[in-house]
Amino acid sequence: MKIELKVNGKDVAWDCAPHEFLTEALRRHGLLGTKRGCESGDCGACSVLLDGEEVPSCLVLAAQAAGHEVTTSEGLGDFAAPHPLQQAFVDHTAIQCGFCTPGMVIAAKALLDVEPRPSEHAVRECLAGHPCRCTGYVKPIQAVLAVAATNAGGEAR
Amino acid sequence: MNKPIAGAPDGEAWDTGAGSLGEVDRYTAVGKSPERVDAMKLALGKGTYADDVALEGMLHLKLLWSPHAHARIVSIDTREAEKEPGVRCILHHGNVARIPYTTAGQGHPEPSPYDTFIFDRKVRFVGDRVACVAADSPEAAARAVAKIKVAYEVLPAVLDPRQALLPGAPVIHDEPEATGLPGFDKARNIAAAMEVDHGDVDAAFARADLVLERAYSVPYQAHCALEPHSAVTWLDEDDRLVVRVATQVPFHSRRILARILEVPVQRIRVVKPRIGGGFGGKQEILLEDLPALVTLRTRRPARLVLTRAEEIVSSRLRHPQLLRWKSGVMKDGRLVAQELEVLANTGAYGAHALTVQTCTAGKTLPLYRAEAYRFLMKTVYTNLPVAGAFRGYGGPQGFVALESHMDELAGMLGMDPVEFRRRNVVGPGDENALAQALGEGKEGPPQRFRSCAMQECIDRGMAAIDWARRPTLPRTGTVRRGMGMSCLMHGSGIPGVDMGSARVKLNEDGSFNLHVGATDIGTGSDTILSQIAAETLAVPVGKIVIYSSDTDHTPFDTGAYASSTTYITGVSVKKACEGVRRQLEDAAAEMWRHGGDPCDRAALVVKDGAVCRPDGQRLSYADICLSTFYTHDQHQIMDHGSHMSFECPPPFAAHFAEVEVDTETGGVKVLKYVAATDCGVAIHPKSCEGQTEGGCVQAMGYALSEDLTFDAAGRTLTDGFRHYKQFSSLDLPEFQTILVPSFEPSGPYGAKSVSEIPADGPGPTLLNAIADAIGIRIRELPITPEKVRRAWLAKQAEEARS
Ligand code: FES
Ligand code: FES
Repeated sequence: MKIELKVNGKDVAWDCAPHEFLTEALRRHGLLGTKRGCESGDCGACSVLLDGEEVPSCLVLAAQAAGHEVTTSEGLGDFAAPHPLQQAFVDHTAIQCGFCTPGMVIAAKALLDVEPRPSEHAVRECLAGHPCRCTGYVKPIQAVLAVAATNAGGEAR
Repeated sequence: MNKPIAGAPDGEAWDTGAGSLGEVDRYTAVGKSPERVDAMKLALGKGTYADDVALEGMLHLKLLWSPHAHARIVSIDTREAEKEPGVRCILHHGNVARIPYTTAGQGHPEPSPYDTFIFDRKVRFVGDRVACVAADSPEAAARAVAKIKVAYEVLPAVLDPRQALLPGAPVIHDEPEATGLPGFDKARNIAAAMEVDHGDVDAAFARADLVLERAYSVPYQAHCALEPHSAVTWLDEDDRLVVRVATQVPFHSRRILARILEVPVQRIRVVKPRIGGGFGGKQEILLEDLPALVTLRTRRPARLVLTRAEEIVSSRLRHPQLLRWKSGVMKDGRLVAQELEVLANTGAYGAHALTVQTCTAGKTLPLYRAEAYRFLMKTVYTNLPVAGAFRGYGGPQGFVALESHMDELAGMLGMDPVEFRRRNVVGPGDENALAQALGEGKEGPPQRFRSCAMQECIDRGMAAIDWARRPTLPRTGTVRRGMGMSCLMHGSGIPGVDMGSARVKLNEDGSFNLHVGATDIGTGSDTILSQIAAETLAVPVGKIVIYSSDTDHTPFDTGAYASSTTYITGVSVKKACEGVRRQLEDAAAEMWRHGGDPCDRAALVVKDGAVCRPDGQRLSYADICLSTFYTHDQHQIMDHGSHMSFECPPPFAAHFAEVEVDTETGGVKVLKYVAATDCGVAIHPKSCEGQTEGGCVQAMGYALSEDLTFDAAGRTLTDGFRHYKQFSSLDLPEFQTILVPSFEPSGPYGAKSVSEIPADGPGPTLLNAIADAIGIRIRELPITPEKVRRAWLAKQAEEARS
C-alpha cells in the first residue's frame, strides 16, 4: 500500500506492507538512526517524533503514520549543523557505543519542546525508557541539562 | 620505582619509558578529553553498525531453537519448510560438517574446551541451535522455521551445578570429540577444574587466631548490549568471503571461521563496523558462522540479527557461582591465610569456562597480603543457557565473596572495616602471589605491583562519601540507612598473551593514517589511540585519521577484552609513532643537508606538526611529506609497531555507597555511590569516568535488580527488557567518580586499564551497606526486595524468640 506522510520535513509517498512497522519503513528508506534494540517497545532505541511526540517506532505501523509528520535523529541535525542536543551529547562524552543516542536525543527533544527548563528529575524520567548499557546515564543527563540551561533545545528547528 | 621481578624475561625492556606523574602536565593530547572521534556520526544517527547495510539479493536468517533442555535429535524433516516461497537454504546437523570448536573468542590455542559444533545431533539447553533457514525475507524464513519437523528423544536434564556433579547425573557432553585442558572431565560434567596452593595453607590456618568461613552465591547476568548480535556476509568481486559482524574479536573470528568453515584464512575478510556495546558478549564467534555458510552455499549476501529474547537466552551470560571463602586472621588484624572455593555453572557449553574462574581467584586473592593461599575450582556443565565472558570476567563474582568476607572479619575483630583493609591490602613493590599459578591456561609470568594508589583511593573515597557520617546514620524505624565500601583490583591485558599492533603513515597535509586491529566497541579506544598517536607525533588529535579492525586492512590485535586495548595496543601505537617521528627527523635533516644548510640531527625535535632546529628553523610535516613524495629522497614515511607485555598492572579502586533500606517492603535504594579509581594516567579522563559510571551502574543492576529466572524445564522466563530489569536513569544514585592518578611505567604515557574494574565493586559495596543499615548479612545476589524482607522477618522472629 502507498502511504503519504511527512518525514523530516519532506512529503513522501512510500510503498509499505500493511503489517510493516515504522522502524522498518524508515530504515528501508535509509534513515538508519532509528535502531532496533528490542522491537517490543522497551528500549527507546527506535524512538521518533510523531507530530512532535516521542513514540517507539517499533510499535507503530507505518500505515498509522500516514498523514502525520515523523522526525528522526537525521531530521534534527547534520554534520554542518548538529542539533544542540546532538552537540551536547558529543561535548559531554555522553556517547559510548552510541546505539541508544539517537533515541535519547529524540526523547530529550520531545521533553525540551514542551518543558524548556526541566528539573533533573524530569530529565531522568524522560530517559527512563531508554536503557543505556554503556554510560550509566550520568553524562546523558548532564548533556540534556546543559542544553536546558541554555534553553536552546526548546526552540524548534 | 621497583625493578621487575628477577626471573621475568627481559625486565627493563618492557617499559616504554620511565616516566613519572610530573611529566603528565607537559602532555598536549594525553590527559585531555577531546571530542571522541566517532561521537558526532553516532549522535546524528549515521548508519555505521553491522546491520546498517542492505545488499542486493540479501537473504535473511532465522533459527529454530531447541524447546528441550536436553534431547537427542532423532530426525529433522525440512520438506515442508523448503516449499515455503523464498526459502533458499536450510542448515542443520545433517548437512553441516561436524568440527568441534569453542565459540570463545580467545587467543590460539583457546583455553576453553572444544565442545561445540555448528549444529549437533544433540541439544543441551532450551534455546540451543537446531536448524537455520535462509530466505528472501525475514517473514518467509520465520514461516519456514515453523514448518521444520523435528523428532526429539528427550533426555533427563540437570539444571543445578551441584547435581550435575553427582554420580549418575545426565552426561551433557557424551560426544567422543569434545576435548579440554587438564581438569576437563566430560563424564562428570566438568568443563574446567583447578587446584592451587601457594605457601603452606594448612599450617597458616593452624596458626591463625581466628578462622572465618562463609558461602556466597551469585547469579547469571545478561549483557544487554543494546545492539543485538548481528552479522552480514557476502562474496566480494574476488569471490572472497566478507564478514561484517558485531564482534569484539575480528581476528579470532577470522581464525575460527576458517577452521570450522574449512575456508583458508586468506579467503576471509572480517570487518568490524561500529559496535553497539559488547561487555564480553561479543567476545564470541556466536553467529557469523551461519550467514557465512549460507553465503558460501548460495553465493548470496546473508544477514542474521538476533532478537532480544534470543540475545538473552541463546547468546552468553555471566557465570553463576557458588563461592566458599575461608580466612585465617591474627588478633592484631593481620591476614595469614586465604582460601577460595568456586563451583561455577557454565551452562551447556564451556566458553571461557576455565579462565573466567581463574580470574575470580586471580583478581581477588592477591589483593590482600597473606602467608598462604588456596584456590579450588570446578566449572560444570548444566542444561541451562551458556555463560561466557562478561565485563569483570569472574571479578564481580569473586569480590562479592572477598569484600563481604573482609567486612565480616573486621566485625569479628572489632576493627573498622576500612582500617582492617588498609592494614592488609597490597601496595607498591608487593608481589602478586598467584600470578604464575593462574595464567591463561598455562603458567603466567611473575608479577609485582608497581603503580598502586590504593590508599589514596580509600582516602579520597572516604572524604567524598563523608564516611565519618556513618555512625550517625538513622538505623531505627522502618527506613534505615547504611554505608558500605570495598577495595578492588583488576588487570590490564593478559600477560604474555595479548598482542596489539599499529601502522602509521604520513599524508601530504601533515595528517596521519593510523591503522589498528584494536576493536572500539563503544569504549572510546579509537579516540584514545588517536590521542596517543597525537601526543607522540606532536600534532592535534584532529590530524590523526584512525581506521580499526578490518582483517584485510589493519594489522593484528587480539581484540577488545581483558582491559587490554589502552595498555597493550596503546604501546604499539606509541612505538609506531616513535618510528615515524624518527623518520620525520631523518627526512628533515636530509632536506636541510640537501639544501646546503645542514643541521645537527641529534638536536632536532618535533613540535606543533613540524621538525624544529635549535636555531628556530622548522619544516612542517606537510612540507616534509611533499618533498619525500615528489622531490628528493623519495619514500613513504611510515612505520608499524607491535606490543605484548609480560606485565599486567592492576588498576585499583575503592568504592563507597550509602543506601536506604525499607524494612517493610525490602526495597533498597542507592542514595550515593562513589568510585575512586587508580587507572594510572587517564588518557581521556571523561571516557574513564564514563567507563566507571557505566560499569558501576551495570553492576548495580547485577546486585539489585537483574534476575534471570528459569522454570523447572529450564526455560528462561525473563527473556526481555520488560522482565529483566536493568538500572534505568531513575535508579541512578548520586554518582561521583574520582580518578586518582598514578604513573604506570610499563603503560603508554603511564596508563593502566579502567574498563572492567568498575564492575567488580557494586555487588560487595551494596551488600556491605545493607548489612550496615539493617544488621543483616545477605550473601547472595541479586538482593531483591523479597530476599531483604524475608531476611528481615527471619531476624525479627529470631529476636522475638531470644
Ligand atoms: S526497538 Fe522499539 S523500543 Fe526497543
Ligand atoms: S551508549 Fe551504548 S547503549 Fe547507550
